Amino acid sequence: MDVPILKQGEFLIATIQAALSDADLLQLRSGLIQQVVRFRSRAVIVDVTAMDVMDSFASRTLREIAHMIRLRGAETVIVGIQPEVAFAMVQLGLTLEGVATALDLEEGLAYLNQKFRSTS
Amino acid sequence: MADEIRVAIASDQDIVLARQRGRTLAFELGFSSSDSTLVATAISELARNILTYARTGEIALKAIQSTNRQGIMVVASDEGPGIADVRQAVKDGFSTSGSLGLGLPGVRRLMDEFMIESELGHGTRVTVRKWKQ
Repeated sequence: MDVPILKQGEFLIATIQAALSDADLLQLRSGLIQQVVRFRSRAVIVDVTAMDVMDSFASRTLREIAHMIRLRGAETVIVGIQPEVAFAMVQLGLTLEGVATALDLEEGLAYLNQKFRSTS
Repeated sequence: MADEIRVAIASDQDIVLARQRGRTLAFELGFSSSDSTLVATAISELARNILTYARTGEIALKAIQSTNRQGIMVVASDEGPGIADVRQAVKDGFSTSGSLGLGLPGVRRLMDEFMIESELGHGTRVTVRKWKQ
C-alpha cells in the first residue's frame, strides 16, 4: 500500500489511506526523506486519519521520520490521530515525544503557516 | 457462532491481517470501537513479538463466554527460542531485541487478563482476554 506524497508549496503532505504494514511504513520513511531533499521542503505533514492501529512499530517509525526531517532543518506535523488510537497509544505507553501533532490537516497547515510566518 | 480464527504469522502483512481479524471479531461481539482498537493494537504487538523473536507462529482468536459476560480471547503462540526470564519480560522497560521494551507490559495494560507460558528452546504462548464492558 503506497502512501501518496503531495507537494504543496514548501510543504509535503503524506496521506495514509489504509492500514500499513511495517514494510509500507519504512517505505514511507524513505520516500519522505527523499522528497524533502528533492524539493527542499520546509515541512512535512503526515495525515494518519485512516490508521486504525498505531502500534509500537508505527509510532517509532513516525518518530524517526520526524527526527530525520528535523536534521534536514525541516518540520514534521502528524495530524489526524483518532481518539481511540490515541487512547490505545497511551495504554501501551507510546508517545510521539518531540513531534508536533495537530487535530487534522487543516489545523496542521494552520500551525505551519503560523510558524513560518513568524520566523520569516 | 464464531469458532476459533487462526492466523499464521510469518510476515509483516500477517500482522495487519491478524489485527484486522481481531478487530472485526471484537466488533461483531459488540465491543465498542474504542475497545476493538485496544484489542487490535494488542494483537499487533503480540504478532510482532512472534515475528521478531520466533519468526513464525500463530495468532488464534476466539469468542468466549463466562456466566454473565462475553469476551474475546487471543492466543499468540510460537515455537521460537522462548523467554529465559518471564517475570522480567513483563516488567516495564525490558527488551532483548533493542526495541522499546514496552511490548508485553503494554499488551497487559490493553487487555483485562494476561497469561504467559514460555519454555527455553520450545516457544512461548501468550493468552490474553478482554471482556465486553
